[in-house]
Parts: sequence; structure tokens; C-alpha cells
Amino acid sequence: MKTLSVFPEKVFSIGPVQVTDTVITTWFVMALVIAICALFTRRLSIQPSTGQEILEGIFEAIETTVRDVLPIDPWLVIPVLGTIWILIGFSNLVGILPMVKTPTADLNTTFAFAVLSYSMTHVFGIATQGLKGYLSHYKEPTWILFPFHLIAEVTRTVALAIRLFGNMLSGDMIAFILLGIVGFLIPVPFNLLHIVIGIIQAYIFGVLTLVFIAGGIRSQP
Amino acid sequence: MDGLTIIIAVSIFSAGLAIAIGGYGPARALGESLSKALDSIARQPEASASIMRTLFVGMALIESIAIYAFVIALIILFANPLIGYVVK
Repeated sequence: MKTLSVFPEKVFSIGPVQVTDTVITTWFVMALVIAICALFTRRLSIQPSTGQEILEGIFEAIETTVRDVLPIDPWLVIPVLGTIWILIGFSNLVGILPMVKTPTADLNTTFAFAVLSYSMTHVFGIATQGLKGYLSHYKEPTWILFPFHLIAEVTRTVALAIRLFGNMLSGDMIAFILLGIVGFLIPVPFNLLHIVIGIIQAYIFGVLTLVFIAGGIRSQP
Repeated sequence: MDGLTIIIAVSIFSAGLAIAIGGYGPARALGESLSKALDSIARQPEASASIMRTLFVGMALIESIAIYAFVIALIILFANPLIGYVVK
């Protein structure tokens, strides 16, 4: 039986590198995403099959969202942001399979995603306005607020990671505790709520990253 | 009572208190935002799609404050750094 644990469990180790159950689940999710995409895009046609239509729907939703927010060419951002989006979505949902621990209920995974989002903000900001133009937004409105800009950079990244981690962990934990107390059928509606929360949190993570990127490149005249 | 007992008792108590106080504020805020959103949908039903989208994003942002309290409670219960001072 799965035990209630906040930390990932070590399965085996290759030399000094410890391989936890989170890593295995994440690789499983990656394989799943690649397999689904390869399966549904094998025979593309003008008259789309059901699978192709689902993929096109997801893709169009991502493109519309990015196009609405960003003032620059959305195709600079979509490949990396869409990948994060889909991967987080699948990772949040894979935890409802029995005996599988949600990979995003591990603080290491969510911090990795948050660091990725943090670096994307700076990379796209510097790429659109140059290093000097990008750094100049730190001294707005005055130089006195410079430390607060730095604090905001750190806290919003940490908040991004902790938000995803806490939501996913609380879903798992509620299901686990209810399973211990009442057992049969009562945890089902909470698991349904967990599915909704998983999708919404993946959406939130992507949208917040998008808003941060748009904030980084906003002073483009 | 030795030191370990005091720390464990205070930890359990404060974890419950953290979730109680940390859940109260976000619950008020969630209710208020939902009622405001319902008001504006009733006034302007054609704008309901964009209102609902903004509402969900805002609700997740509000909810994350309660989640911070939950994470703090988890740290107190499962990864208490102060026990290390007592248990050598």
C-alpha cells in the first residue's frame, strides 16, 4: 500500500545519482505524451480523425491564449510554453492511476518547472529589447525600488512552485486520508474534483508564465 | 515534560491553527469573488465566458494562499526542523 509521504522515495541509484519514483513517473508521462502525439499524427488528413481533432483543439487553444496576451510573434514562445503546459497537465492527471504517485506532488519537479519559467522570462525579455533595455525596467519608477524588484522575482518563482506542489499534494492527501477513514466510494467525488484542479492548475501555471513573459517584454514601444 | 514532548505538542497545535486561520481568509475571499462574478454575469450574460475564465484564474490565485498555509502545516508536521535540536 502506498504510504503517506511528502518526500519522494528512492527506488535505485546509478552511481551517486539517486533515481526516485518521481523520475520514473515523469519519464513514463513523457513517453505517454510522445506516444499519443506519434499515434494521432501518423495519418494527417484534411478530414481529421477523432484523435487528430482532439490534438488540433488543444493546439488551437494554446495558440489563441498566447496570441491574445503577447505583443510579439507567438511562435517564439509556443514551442517551449506549450510543452510545459502539456507536460504539467499530463503529470497532474497521471496521479489518478492506481499505484502511481503524482510527479508534480514533489517539490523538486515543480521547482524545476518554476526555474524554467523564471529563465524564460529573462531570455525572452533580453531577446526582444536587448540587455540594456531589459535591465532598465528594474529602475522604474525609481532606483529605490530596485531591491523590491529583486525580491519579487524570487518570491513569484517560489510561489509558482509551491502553488502547484501544494495543490497536487493536497489532492493526493485528501484521497489517502478519506480512504483510511471511510474506504468505499466516498473518495470518488474528491478524485473528480482533483481532476478539475489538476487541469486548472496546469492552465494557471502556463498563464502565469505567459503573463510574466509579457511583463518582461512589455516596455517595447 | 521533556523537550521532545513539548515540541511535538506545540507542533500539532500550531499546525491545526495554521490551517484554521489560513483557510478562513481565502474562504471569505473565494465566496466574495464568486458572488461578484455571479452578479456581473446576471447583469451581462454575453460576457460570461471571459468572466468565468478570469474568475477561475483569480480563484486559483486566492486558493494558493490557503495552499501556502497547508504547506507550512505539512512542514511543521512532517519535516519539523526544530526536532533536530532535541533528538541527537
